[in-house]
Amino acid sequence: MPDALLAVDGLSVAFPGAGGDVEVVRRLSFSVAPGEFVGLVGESGCGKSITALALLRLVPEPGRITAGRILLEGEDLLELAEPEMRRVRGRRIGMIFQEPMSALNPVLSVGFQIAEAVRVHHAVSRREAREEAVRLLDLVAIAAPRQRLKDYPHQLSGGQRQRVMIAIALAAKPDLVIADEPTTALDVTVQAQILELLEGLRQQLGLAVLLITHDLAVVAETCDRVVVMYAGQGVEEAPVEPLFAAPAHPYTRGLLAAVPTLGGAARGGDLPAIPGQVPEPASLPAGCAFHPRCADVMDECRQRQPEIYRVAERQTARCFLYEGPRPEASGS
Amino acid sequence: MSTILEVEALSKEFPVRRGLLQRQRGSVRAVDRVSLRLEEGECFALVGESGSGKTTLARSIIRLVEPSSGSVRFRGRELLELSPRELRRQRRDFQMIFQDPYGSLNPRMTVRKIVAEPIEVHRLIPRAEIPGRLRELLGLVGMPEDALDRYPHEFSGGQRQRIGIARALATEPSLLLADEPVSALDVSVQAQIINLLVDLQRRLGLTLLLIAHDLAVVEQIADRVAVMYLGRLVEVGNASEIFARPRHPYTVSLLSAVPVPDPTSGRQRILLPGEPPSPMDPPSGCAFHPRCPIVRQRCSTDEPALEERAGWPVGCHYPDEMSAPLIG
Repeated sequence: MPDALLAVDGLSVAFPGAGGDVEVVRRLSFSVAPGEFVGLVGESGCGKSITALALLRLVPEPGRITAGRILLEGEDLLELAEPEMRRVRGRRIGMIFQEPMSALNPVLSVGFQIAEAVRVHHAVSRREAREEAVRLLDLVAIAAPRQRLKDYPHQLSGGQRQRVMIAIALAAKPDLVIADEPTTALDVTVQAQILELLEGLRQQLGLAVLLITHDLAVVAETCDRVVVMYAGQGVEEAPVEPLFAAPAHPYTRGLLAAVPTLGGAARGGDLPAIPGQVPEPASLPAGCAFHPRCADVMDECRQRQPEIYRVAERQTARCFLYEGPRPEASGS
Repeated sequence: MSTILEVEALSKEFPVRRGLLQRQRGSVRAVDRVSLRLEEGECFALVGESGSGKTTLARSIIRLVEPSSGSVRFRGRELLELSPRELRRQRRDFQMIFQDPYGSLNPRMTVRKIVAEPIEVHRLIPRAEIPGRLRELLGLVGMPEDALDRYPHEFSGGQRQRIGIARALATEPSLLLADEPVSALDVSVQAQIINLLVDLQRRLGLTLLLIAHDLAVVEQIADRVAVMYLGRLVEVGNASEIFARPRHPYTVSLLSAVPVPDPTSGRQRILLPGEPPSPMDPPSGCAFHPRCPIVRQRCSTDEPALEERAGWPVGCHYPDEMSAPLIG
């Protein structure tokens, strides 16, 4: 994909375990185009948050990236020296976390923290940085931004803190923002405000966002394209419309059926649940990692691992149902 | 249908202490004159955002926190007048399921001890019959018998929630309080637990008081719903009717804010300004008025009562003025 802003190719991340390395991300490939919203969805333990950290080369010790390439505008981030990598973080890729209270410094005013983020990446005076902080607070729709500069994080509500986090992420004018569960800790009426804000920023700034979430409904409302992860692997990738209208992978299908929906058909205990539990990375089943829970399991699913197969135009799935005469997709 | 629980004008105030000497400087009313009635065998859901007081209300009802005033009658018996000893005995009739199946199970106890404890505390059956009862309880929640001699950490979140439910059922309660029972679980497992709760409610004739912020989950299980905002009920009624035709502007907005897993829905969200206010500093008049899309002069001065208005109780001077968003 030559026009990709970010192209992840065969990324693997492993942690040392009792019986050797345990892979928590396994040969993951996907890409994000400029201005595109891509959702990385999966349940807890699927490797989505570690993927986010790996993209910034922030995998916590003793974990490490064991294979793959992370191409940002064609340049492999895994080849960069650490000082160069520091210029990528924040400057070219912004980051928004789930819990803004723990990501913000409680003893510094929000104005100082935003201005600091501006000054780290741009050679400007203190006064210019403060003016830029006012502009950024206004951009993220904080009312009376000049008065808010002196506020400390604890004086702000959860939604306002998340707006400040977004302002900091935007301080260096990055092309890509990685947002890890940005609305999970927020109430639903505030979540709606933040999703609206992200959508507005995309239109205003042409921002690309990699949204990491467990919430399929949030993905449906915000993203252009989705990568579904299960047990460290990408198992399906498609634009949102076909993914929600015609999910291909049995896991995606099961997940979509299991989400309770307002006004949905199932009610009163008839929710189609996926049987069993998510497997531990250290003891993955043989063959396809999903096979013990799969409604469409076949003999070969227990024996060998499926590759990524083409399902339709721009839709791929890691499932033997789609093996065969179709031409194999490249995985992105 | 007979009434199992009758709550009248229940309030819970917490003291606010400030300064070096921690002197009391006023109080916060977390639950504000709430009245409601639960019928035998129904699932009644309390919904609201964080800080709305739904958890405090549920805990006040069973005196896990002591209410400040009001009345709670369980099958006609006033709970607020029970002595600690009488209350302990009564507790076998109402048990609780918690959000966090990690924090609510003792990690040093085997599943056998965890589930047997309430049976032993209440001396419900002869010792010799306990093993059989434990097998029966595990069967009810869909856990294998060999789970009994294992520890909580050996299980996944969904399995731990099943263990918590088995423990809650051990005393054969008639009322189950479930505080966000599925919100810490993954979607694929969440559906299993929702189905289990509905199944148990039907099979055992349980009354379920469900506390939840996820309206889609509530719609799955609840027969009736009470919507809370800043410690007060703003709308109470049949779940299917409220979800189809919400009447309070807050309920309308709350429902419209719930994301729908359908990229083609083209639904319009109603964006409420601001965030839920702090109960430390409640707005005058109607607590919702600073965020209300249809606010009028009167709303900032007169507090609306929760009154039955052509259908079901709504605490709003101008109910039905906001139309329901397109749902589904």
